[in-house]
Amino acid sequence: MTRRITILQLYPRDMNIYGDWGNTLTLKRRLEWRGYEVNLLEYNPGDTFPSDVDIIVGGGGQDSGQARIGDDLLAIGPTLKRLADEGVPMLVICGLYQQFGHFFKTKDGEIIQGIGILDVETYGSDTRMIGNIVTRSDEFGDIVGYENHSGQTVLGPDAAPLARVVLGAGNNDRDGHEGARYRNVIGTYLHGSLLPKNPAIADFLISTAIKRKFDSDTLELLDITHDYTEDARQVAMKRPR
Amino acid sequence: MRHQVSTAIGKGIQSVARLRGGGGSALPGLVIEKIDPEFVSRSLSALPYGVILVSGTNGKTTTTKMVVSLLESQGLRVFTNRTGSNFIRGVVAALLGEVDTRGRLAADVAVLELDEAHAVQFIKRVTPHYSLFLNVMRDQLDRFGEIDHTADLLHTVARATTDSVVINRDDPRLAATQFRDDISARISTYGVSDELMAQFPSDDSMRGNSTKADVIVVREDDVELQRVNGASISLAYAEKSHEVMMKLKGVYNMQNAAGAVALTRAVLGEKLDEAAMLSALAQVTPAFGRGEEIIINGTTCELVLVKNPAGFRLSLMSFDAQDHATMIAINDDYADGRDMSWLWDVDFDSLTAVAMVSGIRGFDMALRLQYDNVPVDAVETDLATALNHFLSAHTSDSKRIFCTYTAMLAIRKLLRQYGKVDQVL
Repeated sequence: MTRRITILQLYPRDMNIYGDWGNTLTLKRRLEWRGYEVNLLEYNPGDTFPSDVDIIVGGGGQDSGQARIGDDLLAIGPTLKRLADEGVPMLVICGLYQQFGHFFKTKDGEIIQGIGILDVETYGSDTRMIGNIVTRSDEFGDIVGYENHSGQTVLGPDAAPLARVVLGAGNNDRDGHEGARYRNVIGTYLHGSLLPKNPAIADFLISTAIKRKFDSDTLELLDITHDYTEDARQVAMKRPR
Repeated sequence: MRHQVSTAIGKGIQSVARLRGGGGSALPGLVIEKIDPEFVSRSLSALPYGVILVSGTNGKTTTTKMVVSLLESQGLRVFTNRTGSNFIRGVVAALLGEVDTRGRLAADVAVLELDEAHAVQFIKRVTPHYSLFLNVMRDQLDRFGEIDHTADLLHTVARATTDSVVINRDDPRLAATQFRDDISARISTYGVSDELMAQFPSDDSMRGNSTKADVIVVREDDVELQRVNGASISLAYAEKSHEVMMKLKGVYNMQNAAGAVALTRAVLGEKLDEAAMLSALAQVTPAFGRGEEIIINGTTCELVLVKNPAGFRLSLMSFDAQDHATMIAINDDYADGRDMSWLWDVDFDSLTAVAMVSGIRGFDMALRLQYDNVPVDAVETDLATALNHFLSAHTSDSKRIFCTYTAMLAIRKLLRQYGKVDQVL
């Protein structure tokens, strides 16, 4: 019997820049290579929120994109919060990371309300934090990617940082940490795309989903003839900011 | 007087730089920019047809080359920055090469390729008479920030243009009402027919969003690419359709041809010699590294510059992978863009196999292909080694190399050992 996993992409129309599609593709392939069938769904403003999802991913957007999805996100916020509390794995990058927090206050003082799944607040600034970034996490090892944001994100007591910054800025230009965790929800600024070069995070999302759905603790090892992941990681970690 | 002094200094530095083996592009421009910022505006102020700017994310160099040919076909003497160094200092360097010792430019019109950010700086010194805007796509966002911001930069240039602004009406940002509303120059448009539209993926249509702008087109001032049939295209304007047999390849070059024709019509007006323009268009060959063909032992090796997702996707759609050995070279130097995310916004399914992957970020590219299940024969980050291997393993095949900007420059230089390569830099 084929086992089927449903991945929901949040707002691919408005929130998908800097190759965030690569994250969805990585999850899809790593599931397919393990023999799972993948059901890929998209959710855009005004759509009906699907009843049965196993993994949720969302990306970054331009200011205009963030504004376009704002009201809709607040409307589905309670649903997403319930799923997060139930342990559904989610990955949100950059713009949606900010909007999964309490609010984003722009430089001009305008408040964009978030849905508060992550206990973080973001403040617009004149500093653009941009360039290659390497972070370290006890759970996922070294994480490598590319950040490009001017929002300074501050963590509250109920959010744990995803990782410590080794090279780059991270959440803000002071605290030396990057991203945030709440249960199985990961928020981060890392593009790159994130998941292809950090398969430990991809497989965390996958194994969490499999465990919830099929009550199975085993994640099959992948047998890839030529796996370029480690080489790509090593080169990326040596590149200048 | 000052102009003559600057000219002498600039020409002096340029010849010394050339003697020392450098291309001589950056240094004289930098020095003159510093000691005489007005040099550019003085040199360009007296041209009878004024200054034409060509800007946009993709296709600037080839389109500029087309515009120059079309204007020359009308008997005009054209000054241009043909090296593709689309910074102001590149314009200065090109000027120093062309002006006489008194600093006078023997030209009727200047056609300048400038990227969006430099175009905005440029118009503070020189007022453009005409502007041609090709597209606004995601490119090296680490430099400009957001794509909406890039559109704002071009809008500033459009507002400063005095006579005519020519825009691609199929680009949602350029065609938007707020882009066109407060432009005082006359607006000409160009675009492709509905049936061709599917062959032009935009960043907005990448994942299902196809917002086509609602454009008001003045028929008299519009040029439409109606059909592309191999090398043959049909262009329609002023109620008539014209067939042209092109030397250029790639459907996006055909779209740019429509832009070049629209611009030429705007510049020449009633004086246009249509037959001369169309026969010149047919003769335009690819600019260096933009689909340029280099002959190596009787087989062709094409260099295709790729620098952003939309451009890469267009190139893959335009150049049939059949019967070609493919190499891809990806660097991440400043001029290429440091961020590798863009590779994930390109679908590589159309490639059945890639013979060689190279460049500083060759492994990122190989990883990208891995996730599209495209087999890769070899990865070698060193360009010289990779190129040698690629060429010797495919001596009798037609070859194609997709490469980022700095990889393209390096590969062109390396290819001189294998075949004849025009020196442009």
